[in-house]
Amino acid sequence: MGSSHSMSEEIQELAEKTGFTSEQIEHLHRRFKQLSGDQPTIRKEHFDNIPDLEFNPIRSKIVHAFFDKRNLRQESDGLADEINFEDFLTIMSYFRPIEMNMNEEQLDHFRKEKLKFLFHMYDSDHDGKITLQEYRNVVEELLSGNPHLEKESARSIADGAMMEAASICVGQMEPDQVYEGITFEDFLKMWQGIDIETKMHVRFLNMETIAQCH
Amino acid sequence: MERQNLEAGWLLGSFWSLLLGALVVSTLKGPQQLLALDLGSENASWEPEEVPGNESSEHTFFSLDYQHVQVPFEITLWIMLASLAKIGFHLYNKLPSVVPESCLLIFVGLIMGGIIYGLNDKSPPVMDSDVFFLYLLPPIVLDAGYFMPSRPFFENIGTILLYAVVGTIVNVVGIGFSLYGICQVKAFHLQDISLLHNLLFGSLIAAVDPVAVLSVFEEIHVNEKLHILVFGESLLNDAVTVVLYKLLRSFCEMSTIKTVDVFAGIGKFFVVAIGGVLVGLIFGMTAAFTTRFTKNIRVIEPLFVFLYSYLSYLTAEMFHLSGIVAIIACAMGMKRYVEANISLKSHTTVKYFMKMWSSVSDTLIFIFLGVSTIGDNHEWNWAYICFTIVFCLLWRALGVLVLTFFVNRLHVNTVTSKDQFIIAYGGLRGAICFSLVFLLPDFPRKKLFIAATTVIILFTVFVQGMTIRPLVELLDVKRKRESAPTVGEQIHMRFLDHLLAGIEDICGHWGQYYWKDKFEYFNSKYLQKFLLREYSQPKSSIVLLYEKLERKHAIELVEAGQLIHTPSHASLLDSRKSAGMVKIVDGLNSDVLENIQKILARNLYKIRRTVPAYNRHTLPGETGTEEQAKEILILRHRSLRLQMNKSDLAHSGKEKDDSYSGHDDSSSKYKLCRSLTVRDPEKEPCVKYNRSKSACIILPLQAACAERVKKEETEKNTPSEMPWFPINDS
Repeated sequence: MGSSHSMSEEIQELAEKTGFTSEQIEHLHRRFKQLSGDQPTIRKEHFDNIPDLEFNPIRSKIVHAFFDKRNLRQESDGLADEINFEDFLTIMSYFRPIEMNMNEEQLDHFRKEKLKFLFHMYDSDHDGKITLQEYRNVVEELLSGNPHLEKESARSIADGAMMEAASICVGQMEPDQVYEGITFEDFLKMWQGIDIETKMHVRFLNMETIAQCH
Repeated sequence: MERQNLEAGWLLGSFWSLLLGALVVSTLKGPQQLLALDLGSENASWEPEEVPGNESSEHTFFSLDYQHVQVPFEITLWIMLASLAKIGFHLYNKLPSVVPESCLLIFVGLIMGGIIYGLNDKSPPVMDSDVFFLYLLPPIVLDAGYFMPSRPFFENIGTILLYAVVGTIVNVVGIGFSLYGICQVKAFHLQDISLLHNLLFGSLIAAVDPVAVLSVFEEIHVNEKLHILVFGESLLNDAVTVVLYKLLRSFCEMSTIKTVDVFAGIGKFFVVAIGGVLVGLIFGMTAAFTTRFTKNIRVIEPLFVFLYSYLSYLTAEMFHLSGIVAIIACAMGMKRYVEANISLKSHTTVKYFMKMWSSVSDTLIFIFLGVSTIGDNHEWNWAYICFTIVFCLLWRALGVLVLTFFVNRLHVNTVTSKDQFIIAYGGLRGAICFSLVFLLPDFPRKKLFIAATTVIILFTVFVQGMTIRPLVELLDVKRKRESAPTVGEQIHMRFLDHLLAGIEDICGHWGQYYWKDKFEYFNSKYLQKFLLREYSQPKSSIVLLYEKLERKHAIELVEAGQLIHTPSHASLLDSRKSAGMVKIVDGLNSDVLENIQKILARNLYKIRRTVPAYNRHTLPGETGTEEQAKEILILRHRSLRLQMNKSDLAHSGKEKDDSYSGHDDSSSKYKLCRSLTVRDPEKEPCVKYNRSKSACIILPLQAACAERVKKEETEKNTPSEMPWFPINDS
């Protein structure tokens, strides 16, 4: 992996780009190596090895999010086949906790970044809008852990939620107006009441690579 | 307004006469008051008088035998007094907003105590510590634990525990040592109070009281996190208080103290805390298990909730564990399962009774606090008392400041400085301190401690209680978000939970979401099978909230008078699926009734409130309309929807839904047309997400249902109108 000098340089670079400390980057690097089996890149199949992830109902969306080029801040669209460590860190940086010394603007930017990540997860066809079908898909997946729930219930729940969203975002509508889908601005409005910057984080400080993949 | 004032005047007049009547009666017939005097020889107990000559053999037409009913009579009178006082306060709308209720109640108690003292020239009855701990405190704590919002509680559990445990210890030690320092000053004549006594006093005065905190904070509506921090701390510090108080008291009686005793104390803390939680959980699980079998005797279901909780409290007290922690663990543990098992009516009963009992207890506690203040059992020492107040405030502020500094460094749930101020300022002392001070062993300076405790309690409740609301407004502390719960929000929160759990799995990090996920998994696999009666339908919170909202819409419909009330079909509300298809005809002919019966024969609709209820005075969202009507409507919705889907499947070939503005059948389900006249769906290619001028969020679901109904209608070519749903004007 190169001499230690360039390693720390790399780490510095990454630290600046993603905002992690060098300690955290080393932790994550170790984890990355574990996941990828010591290879430089990770593919989708590698995520299958994580045992606990199997029970997660939105598993496929999470894995998908890692390979989504929009999240990786690349110009193009679509899905990448494999990601390297830097991409891994980029995705992880969406889950950084907020720091005490952030000012208003930074906080706002931070919040928007996180919400954008979430938005991309909802919007699976990458068209910039969350349509009814996509929303239904999300709700069905969420409730899929419950085998006795009828599919219609999940659908009607999604529909009800969509209507609520429309009412929040657009308010009064004209008779012939058609509601296409939730755009990112609308999405922001929906999340206004919830302070996502304190909720959407993982505490990277005290990570131990206890869980092993086989 | 004048009428109201007149009525209020009558009410208060009768209230005072009741009061005086009670006192006259009690003085006439003197003996054994229920509220025993706890100070031994200081105040002479009421002398048991010989009942004069009612033993005559003559037949009297009218005789008085007060002895017979004395005890229950007096209890009832006191409770009546407390409740009438409450009515009195709420009649004057302005009063509760300025002065918190606890202050008013103490004031009433003071007046009563003064009257009794004046009339009898003896000290009025003092609240017995046993009565307080065994009868008055448990209902309040049960209410608090049962309605505790578990999500914010567990999110902030680290901070809460830190404040409760470390904060209390810091306060105790700080106050004890500072007062000891004061005692050393020769001018104050306090040198006979030893360090141990000071520490003992510190241990009982340092703990924040849940009763006082609850009664003050529920009126000021601060944001959820702040509320849960103060409140959780006040509940959990009981474990520490119990240990320290008992430990120091036993130290007072021992001649020498070895270090091993101190370590025993620390070990005792863990025993008390963990033991309390275990006892609570055992009783909670047993309660949940018991309610699994109560299907045929619904009437006594609420009783089990109360019995088991009370048992857990008493068992914990029996073993000298923390009763408060036990009852909270019991309530929180059993809530989920019990609510799924018991019927809707039992659930309402449980809620109402809990609120009622805790309200009564709360009121009685404050009134007795006031009454007990008047009397001979005080010794005044300016220095000690003033410094106690100062040190209490100081050490509380210091403790909060230092601990928050650590919390903010380690965690991300930052506690802002405004919040810190409110936490420090909201450290109210209450009746627990008061009862503990009466339990102290007799020693020369006990009266001074009683006086100091009384002053502290009065100071915190009056001064801090009254000023906290203007301060909250002045500092612009973030208030509770008064928004209706939305299904979308639930979905998002759930999504976030799973997302974070997934990310933690990927990182290999055993964090908060990981454990939560694991618990949910364990819950669904094992616990629910064991503790829930009908495991076939565990409902997620999203589904529950959705159903609740639908029910709310139905209530509004009913209130709009559109639904004709049908007779009660309660007996049919059994969980048996029937295959009835609903034929929609207009009017209320027998067909409709029959179909309604079929709908009702389906699964019982269980709706549980997911919004936390802090308020002492009102119950969360019960309106007055007929329950059956609501249930009918909801089930009808459901059946209609099912029916819609069945007919939809027939058209599924045409599905091409990409956007919400579909031209096709799948989204024609949601053709929210404004008028309810029959129209051919084919002629209406685009979805109109329409709203009338009068609509708001509430109506869409019904409109959607109306549309589905209408579509079904058109398919069946029966051109009738729906009398059930309100006509939206075009």
